[in-house]
Amino acid sequence: MDRRLFLAGTAAIVVLPLGPAAATPDAMAEAIKKVIGNATPTEGRIKLDVPPLVENGSTVSLTVSVESPMTEADHVKAIHVFNEKNPQPNVFSVRLGPRNGKAIMGTRIKLGDSQRIVAIAETSDGKFWSAGADVIVTLAACLEESP
Amino acid sequence: MTRQFLVIGLGLVFATSYAVAQVGSQSGADKRRSGYQDMSEALQKMQDDDTANPGMLFVQLGGQLWAKAAGVSNKSCADCHGVDATTMKGTATRYPAIPQGGDRPVDLEGRINLCRMEHQKAEPLPPENRDLLALAAFVAHQSRGLPIAPPDDPRLEAFRAQGAEIYRRRQGQLNLSCAICHDDNAGKKLAGIAIPEAHPTGYPIYRLEWQALGSLKRRLRNCLVGIRAAAWPLDSPEYTALELYLMERAKGLKLETPAVRP
Amino acid sequence: MSNILVNAPKTAKRGDVVEIKALIMHPMETGFRPGPNGRIIPRNIIERFTATWNGAEIFAMDMSPAIAANPFVSFFARANDSGTVVLRWTGDEGFAAEHRVDIAVE
Repeated sequence: MDRRLFLAGTAAIVVLPLGPAAATPDAMAEAIKKVIGNATPTEGRIKLDVPPLVENGSTVSLTVSVESPMTEADHVKAIHVFNEKNPQPNVFSVRLGPRNGKAIMGTRIKLGDSQRIVAIAETSDGKFWSAGADVIVTLAACLEESP
Repeated sequence: MTRQFLVIGLGLVFATSYAVAQVGSQSGADKRRSGYQDMSEALQKMQDDDTANPGMLFVQLGGQLWAKAAGVSNKSCADCHGVDATTMKGTATRYPAIPQGGDRPVDLEGRINLCRMEHQKAEPLPPENRDLLALAAFVAHQSRGLPIAPPDDPRLEAFRAQGAEIYRRRQGQLNLSCAICHDDNAGKKLAGIAIPEAHPTGYPIYRLEWQALGSLKRRLRNCLVGIRAAAWPLDSPEYTALELYLMERAKGLKLETPAVRP
Repeated sequence: MSNILVNAPKTAKRGDVVEIKALIMHPMETGFRPGPNGRIIPRNIIERFTATWNGAEIFAMDMSPAIAANPFVSFFARANDSGTVVLRWTGDEGFAAEHRVDIAVE
């Protein structure tokens, strides 16, 4: 048997998820493509504030801020956040406009594992901007089993 | 010659470390740490902001239940204890306590259930019931910022001693006692997280792991499961005995209810 | 009616950019978790959060199961006119909640 085929086969077996289908970097890329089409985002202008290490992934504080005058002529239209390893790749989408004054928003998200998160901002000129962050998720030592 | 330098050098290193250690620790002051101090900055911020602390949603719910009539008597907590609950200031710092006419201590949730049964003529709420926890959170929140002050009741001695014995007793498949982690190894890392000193300073807490409010009893059950010991049934007096001991151990530390913990 | 906590200023100067924070009690059950019987607990999340100022939309958010339980959101809005900010949450199982705050702008 062809060695490469055999290795690919073993890899497929190893990667088969036992639970619900998990997102992967590819699934995240797919999800991003669905939102921004074939455009290539530029890195910059958008900042993703998330602690690099969290004690528990069930509630992770996150703030996204985008440099923008937020005027009618030049403002952020939307912010989208994606993840790499949760069961599905979307985290949230936000619609903004000049009435916001500041393109800053915060929320709390769930992270099932240590992974990379990506935030993409869409500005009124049709451009996309991106930023990423890597988060390490530890787990408390004395957890509860299913009640 | 080199040997002399080495000895002097080592001496200097030790002296400096010793000096730094002295300055680092609060000279003479309380060296105990609430779990708050072992949390990340993000979680501390979450606890400090009353409009971001998820526990406050339950305090708000508790406030609504406080004013709601219940039971055959159709009375609300407010009818006896006042609309704004200022009468509850300090109450949570003194629990567990032996209720009037009783002979064994109850925790705050137990006391609320006694009120329900005796004065409202209502059914007691089951353990970890959301409304019960919300009421406990509302009552305990009135003592936020006040030091834990276990009551002077001599009858509590025996129960407290039982709690102390449980605290030091090795249990479970891992043969660990509470003391081994929380006295001897507090501050050291376990699975990437600092081991807290285990002071019940903010109960009922919003534990991220639960994504809900929970009682000290629930947290103690988590500990028992964590050390692979059999978790005692929910109505076991062991929990109250242990809580009694822990509150004595935490005497003087300020109440933070509703606390956020990972 | 779900418990809601909102932090918004009661007054603001015209042109000020004010921060609005909102917290709502909701389990945000992901639909990926097995329950005690081994079967998946059905999804129950808030799907959409919107805010309007005197009827004009100032914020809209599509939430996924990846939003933490008891969802918290903070955002900014320019204080142009006195009026009412209406916050609305809708989601699975016909969930709908609303909260109003008045802001006086001088």
